[in-house]
Amino acid sequence: MIGFAAKRIAATAPVLVLVAVFVFLLLRLAPGDPAAIIAGEQATPEQILAIRQKLGLDAPLLSQFASWIGQLALGDLGQSIFSGLPVSELIAQRLQPTLMLAMATIIFAVLIAIPLGVIAAKRAGSLIDRMTMAGAVLGFSTPVFVIAFLLVYIFALSFRLFPTQGYVPLEQGVLASLHSLVLPALALSWTYIALIARVTRAAVLDVLQEDYVRTAHAKGLSEARIMSRHVLKNAAAPVITVIGIGLAALLGGVVVTETVFSIPGLGRLTADAILRRDYPVVQALILLFSVVYVLANLIVDLSYGLVDPRVRA
Amino acid sequence: MKPNAMLFAAAALAFSLSPVGAESVLKIRPFGDLKQIDPIVTSDYMVRNHGYMVYDTLFAMDEKLEIKPQMVESYEISADNMTYTFRLRDGLKFHNGAAVVANDVVASLKRWGKKDGLGQTLIAKTAKLEAVDDKTVRLVLAEPWGLVLDALGKPSSNVPFIMPASIAATPADQSITDPVGSGPFIMKKDEWVPGAKIVYVRNPNYTPRADAPSGLAGAKIAKVDRVEWHYIPDAQTALNALQAGEIDILEEIPPDLLPVIRSVKDIKIVRQDSLGAQAVFRMNTIQPPFNNQKIRQAVSYMINQKTFLSAYIDDPAQITECPSFYMCASPYKTDAGWPKPDMAKAKQLIAESGYDGTPVVILHAQESGPTNTFSLVAAQVMREIGLKVDAQAMDWGTLVGRRASKAPTSQGGWSLFISAPTGADMMEPVGHLALRSNCDKAWFGWPCDETIEKLRAEFAVTVDIEKRKKLAEQIQLRAVETVPYWPIGQISLMRAQSARVDGVLNAAIPVYWNISKK
Repeated sequence: MIGFAAKRIAATAPVLVLVAVFVFLLLRLAPGDPAAIIAGEQATPEQILAIRQKLGLDAPLLSQFASWIGQLALGDLGQSIFSGLPVSELIAQRLQPTLMLAMATIIFAVLIAIPLGVIAAKRAGSLIDRMTMAGAVLGFSTPVFVIAFLLVYIFALSFRLFPTQGYVPLEQGVLASLHSLVLPALALSWTYIALIARVTRAAVLDVLQEDYVRTAHAKGLSEARIMSRHVLKNAAAPVITVIGIGLAALLGGVVVTETVFSIPGLGRLTADAILRRDYPVVQALILLFSVVYVLANLIVDLSYGLVDPRVRA
Repeated sequence: MKPNAMLFAAAALAFSLSPVGAESVLKIRPFGDLKQIDPIVTSDYMVRNHGYMVYDTLFAMDEKLEIKPQMVESYEISADNMTYTFRLRDGLKFHNGAAVVANDVVASLKRWGKKDGLGQTLIAKTAKLEAVDDKTVRLVLAEPWGLVLDALGKPSSNVPFIMPASIAATPADQSITDPVGSGPFIMKKDEWVPGAKIVYVRNPNYTPRADAPSGLAGAKIAKVDRVEWHYIPDAQTALNALQAGEIDILEEIPPDLLPVIRSVKDIKIVRQDSLGAQAVFRMNTIQPPFNNQKIRQAVSYMINQKTFLSAYIDDPAQITECPSFYMCASPYKTDAGWPKPDMAKAKQLIAESGYDGTPVVILHAQESGPTNTFSLVAAQVMREIGLKVDAQAMDWGTLVGRRASKAPTSQGGWSLFISAPTGADMMEPVGHLALRSNCDKAWFGWPCDETIEKLRAEFAVTVDIEKRKKLAEQIQLRAVETVPYWPIGQISLMRAQSARVDGVLNAAIPVYWNISKK
């Protein structure tokens, strides 16, 4: 198992190097100039040029890349071109809201979707099954911002149960923090509930038709024991995959959710940094997201090994 | 307990555990994000507005658009108009407790004079700027210049804010990192979350003027303990927050949300600033097709301000057709030489111009409301008068980068962009953003005209207001001929505020002193 994990970790290194090169080049090739944005409305071309020189943006691409990689090797993510604050500090400020939102979303999704999927599979063809699957189609096809505004209208503006926007940091109270996350997490988890419920239903349905499940029934095992020992364990692999991929895909979803709910997380930091062409911030964030993506996939791969010994071979 | 009931109970408990402070907090959703804190390095309007929170100025523009003393107690101008002596008010202190002295003023003005257009002219025309004693600053001109007080009291970027000399010693091309000023509020830098939240607290050591607040002048009294700027990028989300009482003031409401807001009880819609903005049709005068004066003149006949403005806002109270390069609120406003919209004449000028079919490349920023609408209308009417149009969709960040390029349109250059600078930058010929015709030193588009520059220079040394008005008129007459740009009209920026808020000032720039909350 350790060898398997080491091999998978080693395989991620080239991915990260490629991501670093691509991100750097894409940003430099994209139109827009941070110096012009910093200089403001009244700037002359000379003032913009002076800022570009000061920021080192007039240096050859190769030298800019070498300088960034050199900084990265020393663990320095650089400074924001605009605020002048260290990128690591900006990311640290924004990490908590995004992590909390992602965790709450996944927890909501798993707690709701897996029981729904299992029930739908157990009662395949019934009204509950058909309603669950219809709900799943609706969940897939409704954009996050539509769900978000509906939730805000109902629960925040009409019933005044939750705030319309914003995030309360954990330091200001755990309950207050969770309270501020209910609507965004519900909005964001909508798609994942649909996805996980569908995959769970299909996987459970497959396993329920296996011979060993029939044998377990014939042996007189209780329904709960059959589900926990035989069905759910064997149906776990595709569900784990979809949760893992979902976790990674969440990073894309948080940009919209954080904007709609004005949560100062990494998604909004990314969107703002891209609009401003704040190169160091965008580069660091994309690298961070790549690491998360790769890690999520790694965890999924490793968990296959845990639930299915054949993968370890 | 049912799950729903548990959820609601948890919510209620969470509400009860939310921190409740006794201090009064004014929560604003500003129109943009504060990207940095140095109002001299950048002319960004959000940084300017931040400047008004933490800094003070020697002079300031009042509600009637007149320049009044602010940090200055009294001032004298020598009989030959060459020497200005300013005496600072008693009790002026920086946020760190140090007294504001004349050396701070001298250092701040010198740094400002390296960046700001008007400031550069002032410093270039100054023989001596010195601290006579701790309270007295003397400015001796090397040659006559009539705009000293206008420069020191200019309301918009770059504003000559006064900083401690040690901070003002920072090179003018390097951003300051310490927000210490002597203004009515203190920035809590430890609570600043770029892209999300900026916090200010009342400056307990601020000594306001005795006169009543008026515009940016008069007493600056912080009536709340704390002002928080919450940057909420999505306008609908911000409106939700205002409705729910999570914020008190929402700046720059998009016109499409106005009907919704009008139907909400306890929310008022008011003008954001006394001047508004002037939408401008800015042409690149050094590249075809707009390097051809006849084609630019065709544009002046093509633009019907009413058509453009009503495409953006269907509310006469928020739009002003203004047949002048100067804002209609400006004392220099004149309609001298202004042509009436005439599409036939525009087509005739295009025919006479020898136009070779070079496409007009529009830098079309789609996420900015007025820019988007006006670019769409511009593309259509230009086609109608026979111009080829290549409207290139982009975000504002790309536009800002592209417009600095002087290259031909086939090599990444441009022909036209539309912007809406604040009215404070379009008031008089010298500080006017888009009328300047000093070639490479002019605003993007780089119009070049010796006559306009001569008249602007003459305006700058003229003290008599009637003579100035005459010069402003002459500049307009010449600009109607050369067409450095064309005004699309004036827009009033609106803000929505909770009925609990009282004392919002009618100023050229949105400011947050004098406001209390019920």
